[in-house]
Amino acid sequence: MSTLEKSPWLIHYDASSCNGCDIEVLACLTPVYDAERFGCIVTGDPKQADILLVTGSVNNLNEPVLKNIYEQMPEPRAVVAIGACAYSGGVFADCYNVKGGIAKVIPVDVFVPGCAARPEAILDGVVRAAGLLAERRRAMGRGKRGTVTEGEAS
Amino acid sequence: MNYSHLWIALAYLVLGPLLGGLLSGIDRKVTARMQGRMGPPLLQPFYDLRKLFSRRIDPVNALQYPLVASHLAFAVLTGFFIFLGGDLLLIIFMLTLSGVFLVLAAYSTGSPYGKIGADRELIVMMAYEPMVILTLVGLFRVTKSYDFWGIAGSGVPLALLLPGLLVGFAFTLIMKLRKSPFDLSTSHHAHQELVKGLTADMGGPMLGLVELAHWYESVYLYGLVFLFFSFNPLAAFLGPTVVYFLIILIDNSTARVKWEAALTAGWAIALVAGVGNLIPFYLRGLP
Repeated sequence: MSTLEKSPWLIHYDASSCNGCDIEVLACLTPVYDAERFGCIVTGDPKQADILLVTGSVNNLNEPVLKNIYEQMPEPRAVVAIGACAYSGGVFADCYNVKGGIAKVIPVDVFVPGCAARPEAILDGVVRAAGLLAERRRAMGRGKRGTVTEGEAS
Repeated sequence: MNYSHLWIALAYLVLGPLLGGLLSGIDRKVTARMQGRMGPPLLQPFYDLRKLFSRRIDPVNALQYPLVASHLAFAVLTGFFIFLGGDLLLIIFMLTLSGVFLVLAAYSTGSPYGKIGADRELIVMMAYEPMVILTLVGLFRVTKSYDFWGIAGSGVPLALLLPGLLVGFAFTLIMKLRKSPFDLSTSHHAHQELVKGLTADMGGPMLGLVELAHWYESVYLYGLVFLFFSFNPLAAFLGPTVVYFLIILIDNSTARVKWEAALTAGWAIALVAGVGNLIPFYLRGLP
């Protein structure tokens, strides 16, 4: 197991919708699911995070916020989009201000299905994303370590 | 100073982080068990540190790295001189200096969370400082020594003579190690109002340095707890262990307090437990 895989620190952002998936993300930290088993720490600071967990359908208001968080994270990073809204906008897809899916705003690596997503599924998504991080680190090469990319966020 | 102490002080430089990291790992495991969770692997803090140092993140400004590095350097030096047998009363100011550098580093980021975290850290320092100095004064009053090995070798049952100071010092440990209910400046968990507070905008290796300083700190702080129990080999092992366990228990069973309460509690404990314990020694002229 690589360095990154053993200690994937998370940051989570709820980009609108009903908050159901957001609560399920928090449930992952509770004794029953215990995300810390995998070395996960939920941090509030994007510069300390390796994996971004996003729930919700993203609207015009929180799009720049989401981009901002993503761009502050160091490379390699991974994004897990959680729930039906994060995939397509879900039941909110037709709303006037809804973007309809996280992938329309930032690149997504893992989609976790469900409305609301189950904590088991979310943990599975996190573990897959951690594996992806390790792969990316290898692809980036040993000498070249990731830096914070200067964002094109408006 | 003699050479055996020099070797111990040098050993602290090398083994300090290993022991500190292990203490942190046990802490996380025990915390998890207290909450009915399985918890991370015992060596998780080392995995975390290795990962932090493998990250590369541009600092917010040029000042941030020197400040964080100074924080670590003075934390290491504090422990080094404690175990070398230097004057504790002077060394304690180095400990404060180390804390001040971290606060300055947090201020330098310009992050609003960092700023509030730094403000609160200063208040917490204000809250624990009187008790730390009282502890050293009390240790001197009883053992007539201001250095680590002099106190450890005095053979005086300090924990029994100075229970108030022991309780007070354990109290300052909770503040110094930023544990609940006094984890108001930053937290190891994200679910707090300040996001990361003091360590906001410090990522990758920079956070690694802060973490490393924290490990060095916890080793010499528990070393000072050991002083209270140094009169008996069994007590010397059990005493600090029990204090360590109780601090984790308190961390898990209390909610974060406001800064007013932290300040009041810090000073009240210094006044009641600290001064209260010392009064008989000064008034009645006890040995």
